[in-house]
Amino acid sequence: MLARRVIPCLDVDKGRVVKGTRFVNLTDEGDPAELAERYAHEGADEIVFLDITAAHERRGTMLDVVRRTASRAFVPLTVGGGVRSVEEMRDVLRAGADKVSFNTAAVADPTLLTACAERFGSQAVVCAIDARRLPQEVGADGTPGRWEVVTHGGRRTTDLDAVTWAMRAVDLGAGELLVTSMDRDGTRSGFDTELLAAIATRVRVPVIASGGAAGPADFVTAVLDGKADAVLAASIFHRRMFSVSDVKEAMAAAGLPVRRIEESGA
Amino acid sequence: MNAAVRVAVLDYGAANMVSITKALAAVGAEVSVATEPSEMTGVDAIVVPGVGAAGSAMDHLRERSLLEPLRDWVRAGRPCLGICLGFQVLFDGSDEGDVETLGLLAGRTVELADAPTLPHIGWNSVDLTRQHALFDGVADGAHFYFVHSFAPAPADESIVLARTTHGRPFVSAVARGSLYGLQFHPEKSSEAGLRVLSNFVGLVAAARAASAGSAASAGCSGGDGAVSAGAA
Repeated sequence: MLARRVIPCLDVDKGRVVKGTRFVNLTDEGDPAELAERYAHEGADEIVFLDITAAHERRGTMLDVVRRTASRAFVPLTVGGGVRSVEEMRDVLRAGADKVSFNTAAVADPTLLTACAERFGSQAVVCAIDARRLPQEVGADGTPGRWEVVTHGGRRTTDLDAVTWAMRAVDLGAGELLVTSMDRDGTRSGFDTELLAAIATRVRVPVIASGGAAGPADFVTAVLDGKADAVLAASIFHRRMFSVSDVKEAMAAAGLPVRRIEESGA
Repeated sequence: MNAAVRVAVLDYGAANMVSITKALAAVGAEVSVATEPSEMTGVDAIVVPGVGAAGSAMDHLRERSLLEPLRDWVRAGRPCLGICLGFQVLFDGSDEGDVETLGLLAGRTVELADAPTLPHIGWNSVDLTRQHALFDGVADGAHFYFVHSFAPAPADESIVLARTTHGRPFVSAVARGSLYGLQFHPEKSSEAGLRVLSNFVGLVAAARAASAGSAASAGCSGGDGAVSAGAA
């Protein structure tokens, strides 16, 4: 049975893992390859690097990070942030990444998803959707929630409906969706399971839940209520509040299929 | 010590070469990358990696003149491991783009039936259908990483080593003599994946020793002592 994935996300700035709140107060937390390897040993099912380096400083730094990581952490690696063309995606994949995640660039030019999927296969194309809940127009119970897509780390709004955009992104070629609730991101108030379910029940591709994890119980609800196939978190792992295996234990206890690291023997 | 097993990974533009080459090196193989037929000489085994579409994979193999040398290699009974797309193209044809593939194994690659999600992305359990040295030290039902929408349906049940269920069960590992195929990515499957690659390298070493006619004499097993030569 397909296991539900637990995915630590690492923010990378100029080749170093950083942590901070919404791109401010960044502190150096170490080497991405080293941390990725540690997470892999702890049972991470996949690693996501989010490159937050300003575009003009980017250059080859991230490629070097990807190369070093793929050389020592033998788990899937996704890179998001700053990839804007088929050529840039090719470079990232050649460096050792398995998938590239597109966010602002896909909203600006949706055909990018198609071009990349045609070239590398949809399994390598992740569409990241940052969504913010719209105030309910009608306060009545049972009114389905609505969310708008935001870009540039939440600083810009669009007129895109998040669910509509999700379905379109899949039609265009995205093989996976990384759905982040901007209302919950960094708040540790739990995932927006309504948002997740609204998308996951309408697409056939896997949905990765992101934004709001406070503890292992939230991973369980993201899957059970949000219908997510995978769950991503950053700070609870970085700050060592919980380990990947703490999360998996909770998921297994709730009856969810997870990959336990003991099974691989050694 | 035995000389390291030399493995050439075919680079036909369809795979993440870093992970597979580093993973093979991590289990003790001497790894090279072959982009043309001449680079297949002097090695003990070929690995055909791959992610993407069957049609473009065949085009690229043809463009690089690797198609016939690869067929000859496998027909000569020399060790070969196909991974994911590199596994699928070993069969007669693929429904993905309706293309003819290498025809080294009987059967056709078809889309996963009744899959709840497609592509099938993630860690799924590999249920062994019989004992084989390729899976020595790997628990039955252990999870491996998959990324695909199609899988081959072998005509010959006797080559099947394992099945995996996503919707319906599909074949996730085969072996016929020294030809091995895996639908999952061992190079992305952490310790379990490295174990399978290590077993493969051990099988190649055993095959090499057997063909050199000196299998029994060496006391040193090169770190892969658990591998039984008999299964190959």
